Amino acid sequence: MRLRAALAALAGVFCLAAASDPAERLPDPGQEAQARAIFRDVRCLVCQNESIDDSEAELAHDLRQIVREQVKAGRSDAEIKRFLTDRYGEFVLLTPSWSAGNLALWGGPFLVLILGAALLFARLRNRTPEAELTDVELERLSSISKDETP
Amino acid sequence: MIAEIGAFALILALALSIAQAGLSFAARMRRSSALAGAGEGAAIAAFLGVAGAFAALMHAFVASDFSVANVAMNSHSEKPLLYRVAGTWGSHEGSMLLWCLALTGFGASVAGLGRTLPRGLRALTVGVQGVLGTVFLAYTVFASNPLARVLQPPVEGRSLNPLLQDPALAVHPPFLYAGYVGMSVVFSLAVAALIEGRVDAAWSRWVRPWALAAWSLLTVGITLGSFWAYYELGWGGWWFWDPVENASFMPWLIATALLHSAIVTEKRGALAGWTVFLALAAFTFSMLGAFLVRSGVLTSVHAFAVDPTRGVLLLIILGVTSGSAFGLFAWRAPTLGRGGMFAPVSRESALVLNNILLAAATATVLLGTLYPLIREAMSGEAISVGPPYFNLTFTPLMAVLLVLLPIGPLLAWKRGDAGGAAKRLQVAAAVAVVAALVVGLLVAPRSTWGALGVGLGGWLIAGALAEIAERTRAFRVPGAETWRRLTGLPRGAWGMTLAHLGLGVFVLGAVFEVSWKVEAAEALPVGGALDVGGYHVRLADVRGVNGPNYDADRGTVVVTRAGAPVCEVRPERRLYLVGGQTTSEVGICYRGLSHLYIVLGEHRDGGTYLVRAYWNPWASLIFIGPVVMGLGGLVSLSDRRLRLGVGRRRKAPAT
Repeated sequence: MRLRAALAALAGVFCLAAASDPAERLPDPGQEAQARAIFRDVRCLVCQNESIDDSEAELAHDLRQIVREQVKAGRSDAEIKRFLTDRYGEFVLLTPSWSAGNLALWGGPFLVLILGAALLFARLRNRTPEAELTDVELERLSSISKDETP
Repeated sequence: MIAEIGAFALILALALSIAQAGLSFAARMRRSSALAGAGEGAAIAAFLGVAGAFAALMHAFVASDFSVANVAMNSHSEKPLLYRVAGTWGSHEGSMLLWCLALTGFGASVAGLGRTLPRGLRALTVGVQGVLGTVFLAYTVFASNPLARVLQPPVEGRSLNPLLQDPALAVHPPFLYAGYVGMSVVFSLAVAALIEGRVDAAWSRWVRPWALAAWSLLTVGITLGSFWAYYELGWGGWWFWDPVENASFMPWLIATALLHSAIVTEKRGALAGWTVFLALAAFTFSMLGAFLVRSGVLTSVHAFAVDPTRGVLLLIILGVTSGSAFGLFAWRAPTLGRGGMFAPVSRESALVLNNILLAAATATVLLGTLYPLIREAMSGEAISVGPPYFNLTFTPLMAVLLVLLPIGPLLAWKRGDAGGAAKRLQVAAAVAVVAALVVGLLVAPRSTWGALGVGLGGWLIAGALAEIAERTRAFRVPGAETWRRLTGLPRGAWGMTLAHLGLGVFVLGAVFEVSWKVEAAEALPVGGALDVGGYHVRLADVRGVNGPNYDADRGTVVVTRAGAPVCEVRPERRLYLVGGQTTSEVGICYRGLSHLYIVLGEHRDGGTYLVRAYWNPWASLIFIGPVVMGLGGLVSLSDRRLRLGVGRRRKAPAT
């Protein structure tokens, strides 16, 4: 909570994009691409709501440098992200983790989906049988109604 | 003096809203048309009162009357006229006044146009609208008065956030608010129906035009906001899954679901309870948006006019109005009845699926927006929910919805013919597969997701056209007959086709932009150049310019392709003198549907400038698509079956 308040206080500066700054780039294009992919998942902690890929803030610059150095040293994405969360907490990653605390976050939409499907299923099963139309009637009905169904 | 008249008009409007609510409810209880008429008169007068207050505030902004606190805080005499006008709704107080203007405006339209509604329902709707007006006007008058004076007026104002000084953003709030608040009519109609305990075809017929109008305005409003973010923030992105964007997107998703479920209620009398629920939810999400944007509980690139104390008041308003409406729903909904039966394969089932998927999609956006707050409040742990979360949840849900979309309109009510629909969609499926294959094999670099996405876009567009072909029996009957049917199609059908077509256009643009965007950045001296997407971008010149309220570096960037001149753009990096903010004015070179997007960055040591260039293929479609969708809504609205007051005109000669 205190961390958030401190960050909010710093957030006055408006940040502009700059991750692709040539001065910071790694010489190896593969490693640079790996670093850029990580940037998009790391929050610029002092900005309003941006990844370090988008931000021109001092801290974003420093974080990019850290990530690039670690990529250069050959560390994997997971190792680098763990390094960041150890220092800044889960807040620093833009993808919420697959953990018990985030169960409702990841499961919520699918719960809605399942609930909706169950309701629809119940509704369809509880159909009271109605008098079926004969084929001739169906044909007539479709020729009448075709012109006005929206 | 004018500000005082405005403030007085605002207070008068509050009193009139109270009268509107009281008179209308009394009219329903006593079944008195005289009282109902008085309530309607009060609704129209309340609107005129707010309009007067709004005009007074706008006058204060245009005339730069810094003795009005709001003007002193948010305007500046050197600001161009357009932004002084737009400043009227650029602040917390002003935007709430705009909200009230729209709210009372919709109340007045219900009062003025509602002659075809059953009397009791009309009186109750006007009454509920009066309650909403009372609540929001009371908030505006007592907690957020835009016309309050300051004792010692400053000589100069503090100006508007320079990022907001932009033509698209000047017109974005009126559209967005009209859309947000348009949902209030649907909300009032739903509450009225719950009190009456009856939802019938006449009711749904009334809900649809209001939902359509609000939805269309919201679509245009969100698109304008997205377009603004695209060219003003200078990141080349157009949607950031930012809390404030999400706040406007949730009512849109719910309104989309409502439009579809209301059709089922109108045509088949089914899903009445669910349609009422969505009608209540749509305005609830609008109010939630108003609260989120202003309360400062979320960090956002767009957060504006943040004020936590007043945020709490807005939260109370939201809780009380929505809470009581949903309470009423829980109590009365069981009386609404189930309506007609339908088979698993039918238009009804397809529309229910649409609603389930849209509800799940809304849940992802809601959870993604609020979960960090909930988690922090419960366990104190701070987490972030960013674009990767939405890509993993929202995108697949939408993809399923879009795959199913073209099938729904081809199914009959009650019992559909799956085989027949499949046959009619053969051509559309072929178009989708060919589009995906061509793009997958020919467009470099190869992208499987991109190819699938293009296939989906093609499927939507061809599917929408297949539906029109089916209705007109194209290629199966002589051309003249098809033409006759084509011209005889109801506008509602055209509206649906346009909306679905627009969605396909949007998907194509979004997929192309996301999959094949190319980016380059270099620190260039004047005369230096970089290459991006086959274009040669040369920074020909940079010079200082003085704007009305800013100083800027203005670059002249010359773009060529294979030596041939293509275009010349002038991106700027501006320093606003009041407030000291730096912003970038992007230079966009339009190449057909694609954009070459050029940003002039900071001045570096050694006389170089950081220049970033993006090749955004087909990016125009991202904004054209939703505009076509909004247009579809308007076309649908002009359908004579939905037109308000048709019945009245027909009856007119008799009276």
